[in-house]
Amino acid sequence: MEEYMNTKGRIFDIQRYSIHDGDGIRTIVFLKGCVLRCRWCCNPESQEYAIQTMMVQGEPKIIGRDVTVAEVMETVEKDRNYYRRTEGGLTLSGGESLCQPQFATALLRAAKEHGITTAMESMGCAKWEVIEGLLPYLDQYLLDIKHMNPDKHKEFTGKSNELMLENAKKIAQSHMTELSIRIPVIPGFNDTPEEIRAIADYTKELANVKRLHLLPYHRLGQDKYTGLGREYLMGNVEPPTNEKMQELLGVALTASGVDCQIGG
Amino acid sequence: MGLYTYDSTDIPRTERIPKLVAHLFEKTPEVESARAVLITESYKQTENEPMVIRRAKAFAHILENIPIVIRPLELIVGSTTIAPHSCQTYPEFSYEWLESEFDTLETRSADPFHISEQAKKDLLEADKYWKGKTSSELATAYMEPETLLAMEHNMFTPGNYFYNGVGHVTVKYWEVLEIGFGGIRAKAEEELAKCSITDANYQKKSRLLQAMMISCDAAVTYAKRYAALALEEAEKCTDPTRKMELLQIAQNCANVPEKGATGFYEACQAFWFVQQLLQIESSGHSISPGRFDQYMYPYYKKDIDSGRITREFAQELMDCIWVKMNDISKCRDAASAEGFAGYGLFQNLIAGGQNAEGIDVTNDLSFMCIQACHHVFLPQPSFSVRVWNGSPHEFLIKAAELTRTGIGLPAYYNDEVIIPALMSRGLTLQDAREYNIIGCVEPQKAGKTNGWHDAAFFNMCRPLELVFTNGMDKGAQVGPQTGDVEKMATFEEFYRAYKIQMEYAVKLMVNADNAIDMAHAERCPLPFLASMVDDCMKSGKTMEEGGAIYNFSGPQGFGIANVADSLYVVKKLVYEEKKLTMKELKTALLTNYGKGLAAEDVTFMVSEVVRTMKEAGQNVGAAEIETITKTVVAASESPQVKADGERILKLIEEVPKFGNDIPEVDAFAREAAYTYTKPVERYFNPRGGRFQAGLYPVSANVPLGAQTGATPDGRLAHTPVADGVSPTSGKDVNGPTAAANSVARLDHYIASNGTLFNQKFHPSALSGRKGLENFVGLIRSYFDQKGAHVQFNVVDRQTLLDAQAHPEKYKHLVVRVAGYSALFTTLSKSLQDDIIRRTEQGI
Repeated sequence: MEEYMNTKGRIFDIQRYSIHDGDGIRTIVFLKGCVLRCRWCCNPESQEYAIQTMMVQGEPKIIGRDVTVAEVMETVEKDRNYYRRTEGGLTLSGGESLCQPQFATALLRAAKEHGITTAMESMGCAKWEVIEGLLPYLDQYLLDIKHMNPDKHKEFTGKSNELMLENAKKIAQSHMTELSIRIPVIPGFNDTPEEIRAIADYTKELANVKRLHLLPYHRLGQDKYTGLGREYLMGNVEPPTNEKMQELLGVALTASGVDCQIGG
Repeated sequence: MGLYTYDSTDIPRTERIPKLVAHLFEKTPEVESARAVLITESYKQTENEPMVIRRAKAFAHILENIPIVIRPLELIVGSTTIAPHSCQTYPEFSYEWLESEFDTLETRSADPFHISEQAKKDLLEADKYWKGKTSSELATAYMEPETLLAMEHNMFTPGNYFYNGVGHVTVKYWEVLEIGFGGIRAKAEEELAKCSITDANYQKKSRLLQAMMISCDAAVTYAKRYAALALEEAEKCTDPTRKMELLQIAQNCANVPEKGATGFYEACQAFWFVQQLLQIESSGHSISPGRFDQYMYPYYKKDIDSGRITREFAQELMDCIWVKMNDISKCRDAASAEGFAGYGLFQNLIAGGQNAEGIDVTNDLSFMCIQACHHVFLPQPSFSVRVWNGSPHEFLIKAAELTRTGIGLPAYYNDEVIIPALMSRGLTLQDAREYNIIGCVEPQKAGKTNGWHDAAFFNMCRPLELVFTNGMDKGAQVGPQTGDVEKMATFEEFYRAYKIQMEYAVKLMVNADNAIDMAHAERCPLPFLASMVDDCMKSGKTMEEGGAIYNFSGPQGFGIANVADSLYVVKKLVYEEKKLTMKELKTALLTNYGKGLAAEDVTFMVSEVVRTMKEAGQNVGAAEIETITKTVVAASESPQVKADGERILKLIEEVPKFGNDIPEVDAFAREAAYTYTKPVERYFNPRGGRFQAGLYPVSANVPLGAQTGATPDGRLAHTPVADGVSPTSGKDVNGPTAAANSVARLDHYIASNGTLFNQKFHPSALSGRKGLENFVGLIRSYFDQKGAHVQFNVVDRQTLLDAQAHPEKYKHLVVRVAGYSALFTTLSKSLQDDIIRRTEQGI
């Protein structure tokens, strides 16, 4: 076995039969640790790199474990038949996978070298060298753009957006991967037509974008905050209505000029 | 042969169809008495004649006199009962159960029926004749005492054929379409002419051929009664459109099924008469139309090419047939009704697949069959599709669209497993390629097979219980004495004891089946059926005597997941890790893990104590019995018992289970399945055919689970056992691909009477074209790994409500809400409510 297969990293879940993130039937590996602290985050247990204890249905559950690439691939391999029939494969998610650059790169490389297609959900929040290093092994980049205004971005996620927007441009220009833009539609943050249009305009400017996804805010992470002893900062914010999503979809479609859809 | 094209465009439903459906379900189904009265009249007049002649004459007498009706707006006619969606009775197979259930039929939970006072009176009168003359009574006489004992103790149940006709067959529909019953009669006549009265088998063969001729004539007479009725109604009809329709019906019924069909409409009518009349001759269910899209196609093609009919009209005719398949019903005894819940007659109709030469023959009609299911949206026919590497992708996408509606249809079958499996049972390659499905999941070659596909339900958990009791059950020695379970030193010893219990119970089941088989041959031969199955005519033997080319008996084992998990728990916890002693496990099973005993268990335990006391010479009165009962209940609910139960259940919970894609556990399940499938295939039936196992339960896993005590996999007493080859409900926690990988690791070839794999999905998993593509990919991947069958339960609101109430059963249920998937049971109540609301709205 080649050395890179022994690269270690920290994950908090592996989810098989995922059909809404990337093409076909996929296995998602969730890497632990994130650079942002988005208020609406539905995976709050992903944010800390440290191993944590979360209460799940009244029982304490250890979140996070250290594994090698080879160990992860053992699980990923199990659904090879399904990938072959549906053009599915491995998806990295998080957290922000780029926080564990060597591990993420080695995982993607392992999949590609074993004939399995790859995708990654990411904000692109890392040094360009890190992203550049894994692009040769990445078939689909599902890149989050949350807001075009740096101040608002910082207010709601803890970080400004310049680096991510710049990386988006470089990824698009690299021609090394199929790029999709994903916008989490968060009421009170970015759910006005103007804000969505701004991201869609940028998508157009990027060129080489395959698709734009509008992911409506949901409250599925709420219980996890309680389980971690944290406050859910979204209060009683309701998910956007269907009508609202349709309106924003129209805006995105007109401005971006690429395929747009609601959901993953 | 060669290239062909098909048309997959959707055709709208006509207004007629919902009206036909509504009419069927206006009232509670009824039990009618006409058939029972007529067959009794006929039998009384034919004493002393050969049985096969008596059967044919009775069939003719019924068809000449049974009341007939054309329902409003019907285009395809032929109704077995005057009340829609109702049933006749079949006293020649059994009748006592019906009499004893007269007063509870209308109020029972599974499949209630109304029965009029007049019908009760008629049936009671007719039944007087049948005492000592039924097939079930003769079957009992053929069984050994130990067999009867094992049945009494619910080791297995051959109830289906014990009390009913066999059914489970697909006839040569195509021959009736081609040459009519006139032509079939002529073949019988010709065959008879070739016989010499000195032939050794002359008596048998000549009477069978005569019986076939009587039966063919009877079918023609019946159709002509419909022709006359249609004409009569047409004359009275004031609506000009309906008048024309009735005149057309009259013309159809005058031509078919006597002569060959000249077009698609006649072919449809002829098909229906065959389908209906087979179910008047015998009460057997699962009379399966089989490859309807194949034998109907030439008539469809000819009429479409010549412009005689439109595609829309052809679809409407098919829709009418689909409705008619729900017009026939069957009243089963209360226990069987639970095992076959839903009134269904399991008329399995299959589309797609290969022809004898191995070329894919999916055609327009294959697509229109799917469309008919959408239009009619009723449980019958049991619709199936054949899948192989050469199946048109678009056909599977259309099938997946039907699955998405939540109707539970179609079932998907894998040619790549079933064809070699059938060949391993002696079918030719050509015959195997033309297979269709009978009833639930049982493959066979149409027009050549008497498969006895539903020979028994065998509960694989029961022999396991006997290992813990040294073969004793409720005070009787039901199984062999395999020794004191606490003294078994190794797992191999334990496993060997299980195999001995299994082999013994399988033997008794074979004894029961063959007894019933003999009884059918002697008392209930079916000459009408025999006229449409090769090679009864030439061999001069009825189906029941082995006249078909291929003969099988297929009893089903179920509870495989429970047995595999149980054996694995014993191996791991008791023998390898030694976390549990056999004594502790035995006590836990006896006390139902401290979760409370059912009344019947308490009664039994009390009776045991009383018996011991009496044997010891003690006096036991009402007061003592009350004290003993209190003691037994208190002991089974003591804090110690409860605490032990909890502790042991927790240990069991941590042992890996079948269905999670763990090769070691799955290999164990494969091996455990062999403890049933291998003994079964050693035996032969009186028709000269082999036994072959199936692994599927219909819905019997629920009622028969109720007769099963707690099992070492942590399953509580009297709860359902696992269905088919599926993992135990709620134990597969790694999602659908993991479960499918596990199930595919079983040997689906040796279970050549069929395996059944159920998966549950939320409709969102199939949303959009991408959802359908992924879904088809999932099926294909399971089939790549040599699974034989899969069907899908797309969950609806009701299921989600149940999941909310019983989260332990739905650990694997994935739901999707607006771009995010989650395990339903891990969500908070309010979110679950939200998702339920969304599901209701179809968002």
